Amino acid sequence: MASSLLDRLQHGLWRDNPGLVQLLGLCPLLAVTTTFVNGLGLGVATLIVLAMSNALVSITRRWIRQEIRIPIYVLIIASLVTCIELIFKAWFPTLDRSLGIFIPLIVTNCAIVARAEVFASRNPVGASIADGVGMGAGFALLLMSIGAFRELIGQASILSRLDMITGGEPFAGLSFADRGLLLAILPPGAFFSLALAVAAKNAIDRKRTPLNRTSVWRREQLTGKDNP
Amino acid sequence: MSENQSVLTSGATLAFIAAVCTALVAATYQATADRIAANEKALLEQSLQPAIAGLFFEGGVSESRLVLEPPHELPGSDTALIYRVYSGDEPVAALLAVTAPDGFSGPIRVLVGVAADGSVSGVRILQHRETPGYGDSIDSTRSDWVLQFDGRSLGDPVITQWHLRVDGGDFDQLTGASITPRAVLKAIREVLVYFDANRDEIFALPATEEEP
Repeated sequence: MASSLLDRLQHGLWRDNPGLVQLLGLCPLLAVTTTFVNGLGLGVATLIVLAMSNALVSITRRWIRQEIRIPIYVLIIASLVTCIELIFKAWFPTLDRSLGIFIPLIVTNCAIVARAEVFASRNPVGASIADGVGMGAGFALLLMSIGAFRELIGQASILSRLDMITGGEPFAGLSFADRGLLLAILPPGAFFSLALAVAAKNAIDRKRTPLNRTSVWRREQLTGKDNP
Repeated sequence: MSENQSVLTSGATLAFIAAVCTALVAATYQATADRIAANEKALLEQSLQPAIAGLFFEGGVSESRLVLEPPHELPGSDTALIYRVYSGDEPVAALLAVTAPDGFSGPIRVLVGVAADGSVSGVRILQHRETPGYGDSIDSTRSDWVLQFDGRSLGDPVITQWHLRVDGGDFDQLTGASITPRAVLKAIREVLVYFDANRDEIFALPATEEEP
């Protein structure tokens, strides 16, 4: 049991990472990752919503009829996101202003409704929560890495505005140079960073999997043998 | 009959889940409403502070607020806000939040503080989407550009010189950006002209009631 939960986590963090492999939720991923702190904020918010929506969908799965499941997912996800937004506004007001519309837009993150439909509506509560946490953490870590990468290249600093999470005086971040490469902060920089991240993941996978294993793994993928 | 029943069951399930979700949101709202209101008020006072150069609000911020719905004579076609600062009954300054409509990447929200004698007590950019590294130098956290307006008024320099140097005026531009500072400067100039023409009325009008 415990090993299967760990397996779920590993799926979300690496093998089926919503950002790197499924390429879901790209709109917030590309838009807010100008700094590490922004990525962390939106990543944690998405993680909480994903874990809780998976839990609620899984709890209610037995008495929800097929034909009304989508409106119910929308209801559950929208309420959770509204609650998260209110909590951010109350306890992390500067972070909320920095992320702006992308907190309410978590509702439209297709990774969340995809996990509700594909996993939580067919699996027990424990596995669903593990799946939500794994997928959410995978997404959050990707947001954080891309945010840190773009901040390092674009502003030549790291951890700027950490005060948005910890409170206290505005913190300019650890700076290494006067000015970075502006391109990394602008929208094209987001696409380049994501492309580099996907390429890095593929390169690591290829190195870890010998050629013959790769073909077996591909077949499993294609026949859906390993699909949830 | 069974089809009717299944529709009824579905409807009841939906209604029940909707009620539970609404209750969840309502409870969170109840728990956070006070904190959110306090945060918003603190943010507003904090953002107004630099534009009045150290003068503190004695009364509440919202109690001194005038809300001007468009069309008005101030720059921009958005709602303009005027916060009045008094010392006793004596007017000290007015803070005008207006929109410069002609920024490089859309409108720029500018807060212009004008002392009762008509001189600028401070300018801050409240909201903008200008290019990082170039136009965003109008923001006081990025450069000192907006500080050059402190203490200036319509006579200093004369209104024909209230332009950027590149346009033959008296004010510094920004390297690599001219549209952005031009838009901000124009908004400041128009605010000063408006203040000059309506000074007494601005300080005499009763505050706009808050929406219930």
